[in-house]
Amino acid sequence: MNAPTAFPPLIRLGQLPRKTRGVVAAVDWDMLSVPEARRLRELGLDEGVEVEMMHRATLGSGPIACRIGRMTVALRRHVGQAIHVAPAN
Amino acid sequence: MDAPVSVAPLIALVGNPNAGKSALFNAMTGARQKVGNYPGVTVERHVGRTSLPDGRQVELIDLPGAYSLDPSSPDERVTRDVVLGRQQGERLPDAIVVVIDAANLDNHLRFALQLIALGTPVVIALNMFDLAERDGLKLDPERLAAELGVPVVPTVAVRRRGIDELKARLGEVVGIGGARALRAGDGHVEEDIAVLQRRARAIATHATLSETAVRRWTHRLDAVALHPVAGPILLLALLFVMFQAVFTWATVPADAIDAGFTALGGWVSEVMPDGFLRSLITDGLIAGVGAVLVFLPQILILFLFILVLESTGYMVRAAFLMDRLMASVGLSGRAFIPLLSSFACAVPGIMATRTIDDEKDRLTTILIAPLMTCSARWPVYTLIIGAMIPDTQVLPFVRLQGLVMFGLLITGVLGAYGVALVLRRTVTRGESSGFMMEMPKYQWPSVRDVVLGLWQRAVIFLKRAGTIIAATTVVLWLLLSFPKAPIGSDVSQVDYSIAGRIGHGIEYVVKPIGFNRDISLALLPAMAAREVAVAAIGTVYAIDGTDAANEGRIQDRLKDRWSLPTALAFLMWFVFAPQCISTIAVTRRETNGWKWPAFMVGYLFALAYIAAGATYWIATAIGL
Repeated sequence: MNAPTAFPPLIRLGQLPRKTRGVVAAVDWDMLSVPEARRLRELGLDEGVEVEMMHRATLGSGPIACRIGRMTVALRRHVGQAIHVAPAN
Repeated sequence: MDAPVSVAPLIALVGNPNAGKSALFNAMTGARQKVGNYPGVTVERHVGRTSLPDGRQVELIDLPGAYSLDPSSPDERVTRDVVLGRQQGERLPDAIVVVIDAANLDNHLRFALQLIALGTPVVIALNMFDLAERDGLKLDPERLAAELGVPVVPTVAVRRRGIDELKARLGEVVGIGGARALRAGDGHVEEDIAVLQRRARAIATHATLSETAVRRWTHRLDAVALHPVAGPILLLALLFVMFQAVFTWATVPADAIDAGFTALGGWVSEVMPDGFLRSLITDGLIAGVGAVLVFLPQILILFLFILVLESTGYMVRAAFLMDRLMASVGLSGRAFIPLLSSFACAVPGIMATRTIDDEKDRLTTILIAPLMTCSARWPVYTLIIGAMIPDTQVLPFVRLQGLVMFGLLITGVLGAYGVALVLRRTVTRGESSGFMMEMPKYQWPSVRDVVLGLWQRAVIFLKRAGTIIAATTVVLWLLLSFPKAPIGSDVSQVDYSIAGRIGHGIEYVVKPIGFNRDISLALLPAMAAREVAVAAIGTVYAIDGTDAANEGRIQDRLKDRWSLPTALAFLMWFVFAPQCISTIAVTRRETNGWKWPAFMVGYLFALAYIAAGATYWIATAIGL
């Protein structure tokens, strides 16, 4: 893919280490069901918004809690996989 | 009083979930509120009254929280329909109070922009203003008002600050032209979330004077509450304390209620002449209603915990921790909250499923909610276990009676788990809806809001005890008392009565699973409500007791007449059997038809029959 000079490199929100911030660069809306995509938008997730990984429920495949803007939101991991983030430092 | 006002202006409270809308509603109306239902749907309708500074009376409705005018749950649909004047049985509001979390302007302004565009007069309540300041946010309400073109009032609903100012602003916008329908084109509402979001963010940035990052309490608490190891331990500990409290704290008030009803029965026996009416009142009404009211303290303690956990914001954390477990049977963490409420009573539990937006998910949760051990089963369990299970020590701190009680509780939970697993692969098949929830900031619960919530639950329970339970007890008493057995007949009064004959019919069906005549008689009235079974057995023995020597505690008589396998089968029956008209009725309302309640009743009775039968046969085979 002829990606623009993405610096720092993008990672998926699900991979963002705990207590790390990043800015949403792109969202694969196609990876999400229609209600999921809509709810995510309603919770304020959009390109350019600052996010931060807060918590992971259990070791393994539990949900994750992220800060989106000023709000903390619980998401399932596959949703986190659809969100591409540019980590801050 | 002034001259009669035709109709009080209607003001709707609207806002995102977690904006503190209900607290604001309570602060504005106090105890002057009513809880009802919208026709056709079981969305609760909260209405209250208040007066504006100019002396006018206004009616307030608290609408369910929503994120936009594009609804994704029955709750949000009601909100949309009311503000658009389309809701059946509700007039178009004369004004809207849009409640916004001051610390979350970006997000909450989006919905506010849609509501302002409708054309109905709007006042913005910039709520939880104190928390935003503590968060390091400095906002300029006047600049926000200028940007939005509507009045903005900073409020702190839980401390009742800003309420007078809010009412004053309302007085300025309400009723200038009276209620009017929306004209075509008057309310062009932007529907593209992304466009709205950008505009909301621009306004929020403009209204924010400064923003400093402050380490929030919420984050510190969440570091423990959501910790992969400490979090689940804390949740288990909270649940343990909750159930422990339900059974220990309630003893004193429950004994007092019991003593009160015994005294009342004794007093009626003294002042009334012996006869038909006295027997009806003491044996039927007072004994029956008393047997049920004894459980009021337990129910209120359970609801106290649930209300506090909910209003502090912890309940969403519990849902977060439970999501993994729920996902394995095709449900989401959201189902945890209604299922926990179902331990008190399945009716509010089923109503709480309204927050689950996915239909299949919600339906599955409704169908398994009756398997949680509701408080109506406790009287039955307590009576039978107390009479039939020896209170021996099996392990240090563990007694056999407690163990059996716990076993019944767990059987229900495991049953629900298994049923959900099967349902999600058959009748409610569909892709998983996922789990996405906003986690509100922790806050101290307002005593006032909790007390109000408890009061509303108590009223619902007392109404139930006063109507359904009182009526069934009396009807059963009548059916057991007539026709009178001929004097000198060798057939007992109970066997000779109408109820006795119906009971014999039922006995044919339930004899294979070890049920005797007493149980057959109790099953029918227990359809009204499970706890009636206790009152019913009591009534059977009261009428059966021909001579005074025969009278005794129900427990002693059970010991004489029931075998242990029968008692165990009866307990197992109650884990599964859908013996509660209210649950069936609320399921019908929630699912809009008879199909699902019929399915629920069918599968639960089948499970109950199989489980009770298996218990009886196994217990008999191993010689219990």
